[in-house]
Amino acid sequence: MKSDDKSIKWVEEPPLGLAGRSYVPLLVGGITTTLKHLAGPKMTVESPEQRHAIVDPLGYRGVHRLNRDAQGRVKCVACFLCATACPAHCIDIVAAESPWPDREKYPESFTIDELRCIFCGMCEEACPVDAIELTSLYDLSGKSREEMIFDKAKLLSVYDQTKDAEPMRSAQADRATDSACPDSGERGEEPI
Amino acid sequence: MATVLIDGTEIEIGDGERLNAIEAAARAGVSIPYYCWHPGLSVVGSCRMCLVEAGTRDAAGRIQMGPKLVPACNTLVRDGTVLVTQSEKVQQARAMVEEGLLLRHPIDCPICDKAGECLLQDYYFEYGQADGRRADIRPFTSRRRDLGDVALFVDRCILCTRCVRFVREVSGTNELLVSGRATGEEIDVFPGFPLANKLSGNVVDLCPVGALADKDFLYRQRVWFMRSHPGVCTRCASGCSIWIDENQDRIHRIRPRENPHVNRWWICNDGRYDYPHVHNPARLVGARQRKGGDTRELDFTGLAGQLRAALRQAGRLGAVLSPFLTLQEAYLLAGTIRQLDPQALLALGPVPLAGEDERYPGGFTISKEKCPNRFGVERILGRMAGGVIRFDHFVEQVAQGAIAGAWVSGGYRQGWIDEATAAKFEQLRLLVVQDLFPSPLSQRATYELGGAAFAERDGSYVNRQHRLQSVAWAIRPPAGVRTEGSILWELAGRAGLYDAAATLRELAAEIPFFHPALGTIPETGLDLLVNQIA
Ligand code: SF4
Ligand code: SF4
Ligand code: SF4
Ligand code: SF4
Ligand code: FES
Repeated sequence: MKSDDKSIKWVEEPPLGLAGRSYVPLLVGGITTTLKHLAGPKMTVESPEQRHAIVDPLGYRGVHRLNRDAQGRVKCVACFLCATACPAHCIDIVAAESPWPDREKYPESFTIDELRCIFCGMCEEACPVDAIELTSLYDLSGKSREEMIFDKAKLLSVYDQTKDAEPMRSAQADRATDSACPDSGERGEEPI
Repeated sequence: MATVLIDGTEIEIGDGERLNAIEAAARAGVSIPYYCWHPGLSVVGSCRMCLVEAGTRDAAGRIQMGPKLVPACNTLVRDGTVLVTQSEKVQQARAMVEEGLLLRHPIDCPICDKAGECLLQDYYFEYGQADGRRADIRPFTSRRRDLGDVALFVDRCILCTRCVRFVREVSGTNELLVSGRATGEEIDVFPGFPLANKLSGNVVDLCPVGALADKDFLYRQRVWFMRSHPGVCTRCASGCSIWIDENQDRIHRIRPRENPHVNRWWICNDGRYDYPHVHNPARLVGARQRKGGDTRELDFTGLAGQLRAALRQAGRLGAVLSPFLTLQEAYLLAGTIRQLDPQALLALGPVPLAGEDERYPGGFTISKEKCPNRFGVERILGRMAGGVIRFDHFVEQVAQGAIAGAWVSGGYRQGWIDEATAAKFEQLRLLVVQDLFPSPLSQRATYELGGAAFAERDGSYVNRQHRLQSVAWAIRPPAGVRTEGSILWELAGRAGLYDAAATLRELAAEIPFFHPALGTIPETGLDLLVNQIA
């Protein structure tokens, strides 16, 4: 966008008046706010006993999950696009020929180093089959670094935990197509 | 001299040259897309991706364009040929070919090994149309068919027939064919006659799309994660030029590197699938010293000095120069041993032979000599030892006690020396062995050193046609292995790091046969014989 773009609205800082220059009214205003909060209802959440309310769980970027296809198998086709997109290089996949007759390729192992992850959501964006998604689980902790490297089983278990509260984004599209199809996303509108 | 006008650029073409429009355009820096054409195969002109406008320019400079688009692959350029490759008409034709190919294409790029180096993908981005009309068909997964050595993803095939022409013209084995008619056409083999020949891996590289898949490489890596390093195959004396595709010091694939003087566009399966030994956990690593019954692991710091001192005290010396050594390594080893003992016996290591040379109709030859540098090492021995002494003779001399200390360089695969031969080395006072794998000989060594594999070395090889090719390492050796070059460099008492280029210049200056190597070495190598007089 150029600086002379018509859609840009330029706002000038208003000049300070006498009240602003003498500080006193602003100081009083600030203290009033503080006092109001002291007396008003408490905003602090006593985590972890109390949970934060997440306004949009589907848009939240928390712990990853690996989705399952209609038959309960890992949905991922091991295309490595998430690993390619990941700016933190924290996804490690070992691909292999799938053990199922109706699918070609699958991830023999799939690990995400949650300590290295910056929760940018690029993996989710990149996935052509909506197999990897970020959930609204945000409080992840572990006793060791190794524990924080999530493997396939753990990522699938996150899916089992969250699938009811946070339905798969492609759930709709999935019903319309064969589950064996590696691309069951919203590609129908695309040119090819 | 012929003058050709390509998109407004004039280029000159030599009299003896027969170039088609694709090749001529490439010289003018214009790339014409193509699928079915391959410089190493006959021209069929079937895919129509290379359509361009062609015409002629007469002596007066008048240009007359032809009425129809012509396939560039099937159009030889002559004096006065005019090509237009960027007009709207041409672009429309390309977009239509792309659309036609994609009509029934699975587009399973996410699981297709070719993705990232697929011509169909690349050309779609470059020449396809922005708004395709294939809205009704969703991408699907290709059917897979086992052809023998390679797998075929039937629906990904664009029927360019490159693979079929390859087995007819280059390997001469005729396994592949097009079955069916029209939209039912598919690549197939006759029942009971699978694709099985020593050049079969080439059809995978040839295939412009992901229809033919290498079973060895299948799903191992996405191509964009790998780096390609130019190398030379060490599986036989032909010394084919190769690409070593590696990711994090692990080789995942070996592909032919085009070299008109050696292997053209191909390599054999022996060389292609030769890399697993590099990552074999049984490899000899580390350095150890055996004294009496004890074995002591050694550190590399100061090792060269220790070896030098041990060699100096041993008495009469001998060295075995393996035909797997690079020229530089052989030169350094021979030079050092001769310096320590001017009377030292220098011999050529055993030369592994298997059957006869295998020649294919396309001219490709697999040599029976299963090592890369016999010729080069012999030339070095010829100069530095006054002749080539065979390994058998060396073993005899050892058995007779004529030698007290020996340095044996290996680099062979397992099983190159038997117990009985190795036992004859027992009476040596000092035996240094550097090898790839433990052997009966390395187990008897006073100093046992892990050696480098082909992809880990810097140096030059001379193939059976006297062509010298220089390579640099593609991967680092496993922990505990120092390459032959670096150990011998230090043993020779030189400062700093092993420098293959400097060593080559030095040996080229010293040994007349290698004089041509004083200049720069082209990527396709240097013919030492032809350049002798120069
Ligand atoms: S959220 Fe971002 S950093 Fe984390 S795994 Fe996905 S792509 Fe990588
Ligand atoms: S992008 Fe999706 S399908 Fe591809 S490897 Fe990642 S999770 Fe699997
Ligand atoms: S051959 Fe493979 S990479 Fe190329 S377009 Fe088809 S599916 Fe995609
Ligand atoms: S398999 Fe590949 S090389 Fe053979 S015809 Fe099909 S696209 Fe061409
Ligand atoms: S490359 Fe010319 S028609 Fe196929």
